[in-house]
Amino acid sequence: MNLWLWNLAEAVLMVGLAPLATALVKLFKARLQNRRGPSLLQSYRDLAKLFAKQPVLAEHASWIFRLAPYVIFAATALAAAIVPVILVAMPLTAAADVIALVALLALARFFTALAAMDVGTAFGGMGASREMTFAALSEPAMLMSIFVLSIAAHSTNLSAMIDTVLNSGLGLRPSLAFALAALVMVAIAETGRIPVDNPATHLELTMVHEAMILEYSGRYLALIEWANQIKLLLFATLLLNLFLPWGIAQDSSLVSVLIAAGAWLLKLLLLFALLSLFETWMAKMRIFRVPEYLGLAFLLAILGILSHYILEVGV
Amino acid sequence: MTQPGLLQQWVVVAAAAMLLIMFALLAQRHMRALLRWFALQGVLLALTSALVAFVAGVPELYVSALLALLLKGLVLPWLLWRIVLRLGVHREVEPLVNISVTLLLGAALVLFAFYVSLPIEKLSQLVTRNIIAIALACVLLSMLMMITRRKAITQVVAFLSLENALFFTATAATNGMPLVVEIGVAFDVLIAALIFGLFFFQIRRTFDSLDLEHLEEKP
Repeated sequence: MNLWLWNLAEAVLMVGLAPLATALVKLFKARLQNRRGPSLLQSYRDLAKLFAKQPVLAEHASWIFRLAPYVIFAATALAAAIVPVILVAMPLTAAADVIALVALLALARFFTALAAMDVGTAFGGMGASREMTFAALSEPAMLMSIFVLSIAAHSTNLSAMIDTVLNSGLGLRPSLAFALAALVMVAIAETGRIPVDNPATHLELTMVHEAMILEYSGRYLALIEWANQIKLLLFATLLLNLFLPWGIAQDSSLVSVLIAAGAWLLKLLLLFALLSLFETWMAKMRIFRVPEYLGLAFLLAILGILSHYILEVGV
Repeated sequence: MTQPGLLQQWVVVAAAAMLLIMFALLAQRHMRALLRWFALQGVLLALTSALVAFVAGVPELYVSALLALLLKGLVLPWLLWRIVLRLGVHREVEPLVNISVTLLLGAALVLFAFYVSLPIEKLSQLVTRNIIAIALACVLLSMLMMITRRKAITQVVAFLSLENALFFTATAATNGMPLVVEIGVAFDVLIAALIFGLFFFQIRRTFDSLDLEHLEEKP
């Protein structure tokens, strides 16, 4: 019972901190480009403003269009509750494994595409078609890269994987490096960060995600934006806790939880600083290169699995 | 999973890096990047030899490591780059098959190499026995690169990386060949690279292009 409360607290923490995380990345990027940047509370203010406004619906929008934002937000928030943040062993993590996590994200993506096509604008259809093309490549790559860990742990459960990484000692494991590289590439594509999609623009011909939600306004837009912010925090936490889990709490005593929370925040800060550095340094790539980029991520994940079998099992 | 010694883990990491570099060579589109990766492969080869020399206690391998560093890490890439500049073909590598397909074929080859080398691994007693599969995969990958490229110069890079992979196999599987053989092979490769250079100029003077399709007999 106690653990369920912890799980709920963690989920609320993830959902609540998500806008702050996005604002942090924006601030880092602005500072790197010699701008002052928005305040850290700006994301919250934007969300509050959108929630207060009356949504405008397109004339031909059906009930799918109105339902989709709730499904997207609920699926993403549930996915965030599955990922262990501060405690390793969570009841919800035990109930839903990594395949369920990917499926929840896929559900959110499916509804985004459906809603985009529902209104019948050209931009919506174009964005949906692009998103689905990329998703078909990025989902297998994500699953494969996480499977490298689950093969080592003999389980698809996230807690078991984190335990294995924690307890297998500081060995040099090339398969993990391959899997990490693949998952980083997939995470960048999935969260729509710079080499794949530009999160800062609202109208350009190569946009993917923005094209799909162009028709949304008011509280619907707020929910979708919030879900996206959760997704960024979710992928960051997943990366950190799967590959660099040191510091994460293995029991629910107050001291270890505090240490784990501090370690998580510190690691997040570093990761976001790296992300904004990377985004400032990189240019967006041509949209037709994205399938190749995701294919490379898939290849790296496969190399991770192969090198696990070839190099690490027989030793 | 048992914990092997730290040095042996480094050898394993070097093998993984070797495999990664082979795939990077396969994926490159630009001549300059291709040669850079090729030079990196030579340096990695030298490092691996030095590492195996240290782990297995075979001092002769240090000499071959030095040889690899000088010849494969510096001289050969430099020679090839000079030829590329003088021929003016320093732009794009032209693959016969789409690059993503080539990469997937490559992954299949790694799987095949792993399958084939399973029984060999069981026989071997060396510290580096689990690297045999990777080494075999690297040989197969460079062969794949040879048959999927159009220009003569990329095929030569593929050929030289095949030699690198064989060298890697020899180091990993048998703790290195006798030093005399190794020095002989190294200089053969150097001479081969020089002769290839002559060939490039000859091919270009005859056909006005380095595309090997011109060498085929047209019906």
